[in-house]
Amino acid sequence: MKYGVNEQGYYGDFGGAYIPEMLYPNVEELRQQYLTIINDDSFKAEFNQLLKDYVGRPSPLYYAKRYSEKYGANIFFKREDLNHTGSHKINNAIGQILLAKRLNKKRIIAETGAGQHGVATATVCALMGIECVVYMGEIDMARQAPNVSRMKMLGAKVVPATSGSKTLKDATNEALRDWIGNPVDTHYIIGSVVGPYPYPDMVARFQSIISLETKKQLFEHTGKELPEYVMACVGGGSNAMGMFYHFLDDESVKLVAVEAAGKGVDSGHSAATTFLGKEGVLHGSRTILMQTDDGQVVEPYSISAGLDYPGIGPQHAHLYKINRAQYVSVTDDEALQAGLLCCQLEGIIPAIETAHALAQLEKMKFSPTDNVVVCISGRGDKDLDTYIKYFGY
Amino acid sequence: MNRLNKLFNTKKDNLLSIYYTAGYPELNTTLDIAEALEKAGVDFLEVGFPYSDPVADGPTIQHSSERALENGMTLNLLFEQLADLRKRVTIPILLMGYANPMIQYGVERFCKKAAEVGVDGVIVPDLPMYEYESLYAGYFKANNLSNIFLVTPQTSEERIRKIDELSNSFIYLLSSSSITGGNLQVSVNIEDYYKRIKAMQLKNPAIIGFGISDNKSFTKACEYAAGAIVGSAFVKLLGTEDYMEKIPGFVKTIR
Repeated sequence: MKYGVNEQGYYGDFGGAYIPEMLYPNVEELRQQYLTIINDDSFKAEFNQLLKDYVGRPSPLYYAKRYSEKYGANIFFKREDLNHTGSHKINNAIGQILLAKRLNKKRIIAETGAGQHGVATATVCALMGIECVVYMGEIDMARQAPNVSRMKMLGAKVVPATSGSKTLKDATNEALRDWIGNPVDTHYIIGSVVGPYPYPDMVARFQSIISLETKKQLFEHTGKELPEYVMACVGGGSNAMGMFYHFLDDESVKLVAVEAAGKGVDSGHSAATTFLGKEGVLHGSRTILMQTDDGQVVEPYSISAGLDYPGIGPQHAHLYKINRAQYVSVTDDEALQAGLLCCQLEGIIPAIETAHALAQLEKMKFSPTDNVVVCISGRGDKDLDTYIKYFGY
Repeated sequence: MNRLNKLFNTKKDNLLSIYYTAGYPELNTTLDIAEALEKAGVDFLEVGFPYSDPVADGPTIQHSSERALENGMTLNLLFEQLADLRKRVTIPILLMGYANPMIQYGVERFCKKAAEVGVDGVIVPDLPMYEYESLYAGYFKANNLSNIFLVTPQTSEERIRKIDELSNSFIYLLSSSSITGGNLQVSVNIEDYYKRIKAMQLKNPAIIGFGISDNKSFTKACEYAAGAIVGSAFVKLLGTEDYMEKIPGFVKTIR
């Protein structure tokens, strides 16, 4: 793949494995084994079976008729919100738990922001009967309380991250510290296309099912495999990478990644990483991150906890730098309005993360014959409180 | 040859190093603490430049880093503070911190500035060997700075050999795979690990760090290595009242 990772774990200038020596054996074990394991026939068979029977794949590619009329193009929704656990996160969690089993790991750790990845991880651990510990920022635990309860019901231990800003980046730090202290029996299921190599590539591969299905489904709908546009929201960037993956080498397909501008890119309360960030190192990879002139990581802001991350995956940083994908941003207000519009035009309550991708439709200029695929990365049940408060229902 | 090399050439055992975070508990006591430690008989120092997301550190050093940043510590300011370093302190000094602040400052500029103020070496736990070798080693060499690599009980012999080759002052031996501030539990396995390293007859001396907090753990570490590094235990002392006056007594309890 032209835009794939090289042998040193880099995408152009980005990637690598910037980890302390204590993590080297864990990461090296993964690096040496992940491709062999996930390309093995028995792995593929088990992975695909679970995606079909347990997750409910393939997720539909839905022709959104009223959206198509409104925006003057053929708009399709890739319905990851219909997956078991309510988002695309389960694709990666299933892949990594099967990998962990083959590596004989007895214990799983994970980080979570909004709780979607935490719930997905707790779910697959219940499914496999493996101990699960999820790190979650103390502040996120308070604002996403239902997901905390969900994880506990599924048998996971939820540990509050009380360091730093007490949100997703700190939960990630705590998970990494746990892994340092438990190097032999524990696998760390990272939830996005971030972290040291091979995580960005491994997670992208597990999420690439999204675009693989889309190609086939779009052909069934339109007689063409390739759309003109593919759009997705980006926090760390896992649903976007899954949605882009099999279109990366098809240069005619325009890729649009939507970041969270929060209260506005220049407001000081934003998570629009490519607009506000600079190159550096975060959570084990060289990427673009929001930071001060002194190299301290800046705490981002977005109404959507899933996009509230100060970096992006290294492959996104590469696609941004070489202009293969377009990175744009929409505000909290634009996203919430778009979320409500989706409810009223299509009868789908999207996650606020997803609503960012939908909001970008307002700013696009389409031709009537354009085929446009938007990744509906998750459902909005978890966000009802936020929607209700905002609109006063 | 820098001050570190000279030290290791002349003194082969019972070396004591102390780590502290610059800017903690007060912004402008970096050199005062260094001076007090030298007077108390410490052999070399590690001065931490704080980072917002120190993944290899336990609660004590995390807390000191947070406070130092709140106090206003930056790399620019640290280098300003160190301008008078060699008027006041003669023992070797290493800077210790994470890759991102150094990359943001500019690694070449960082190395030049460090050499200019009289720093002898750098420890960056999250800067991997491959990136160090391919991108930055030239800047370190040009400025006569030692880059220190870590070794854990899980590090393979092949990798330790490679680290020994790339090192030119000492190897930082972790007492266990843990974040800073853990307890040194000298079990049979750990002794085996120390013995294994000793038997490898590396060209660089080994200094043991992480989990060294008192005379007992220091003495034990010195049985197997050229010396040991105390970090979290000293940073805890800095968090108490009248910490400057307690420094000589603290160093005495370790030795």
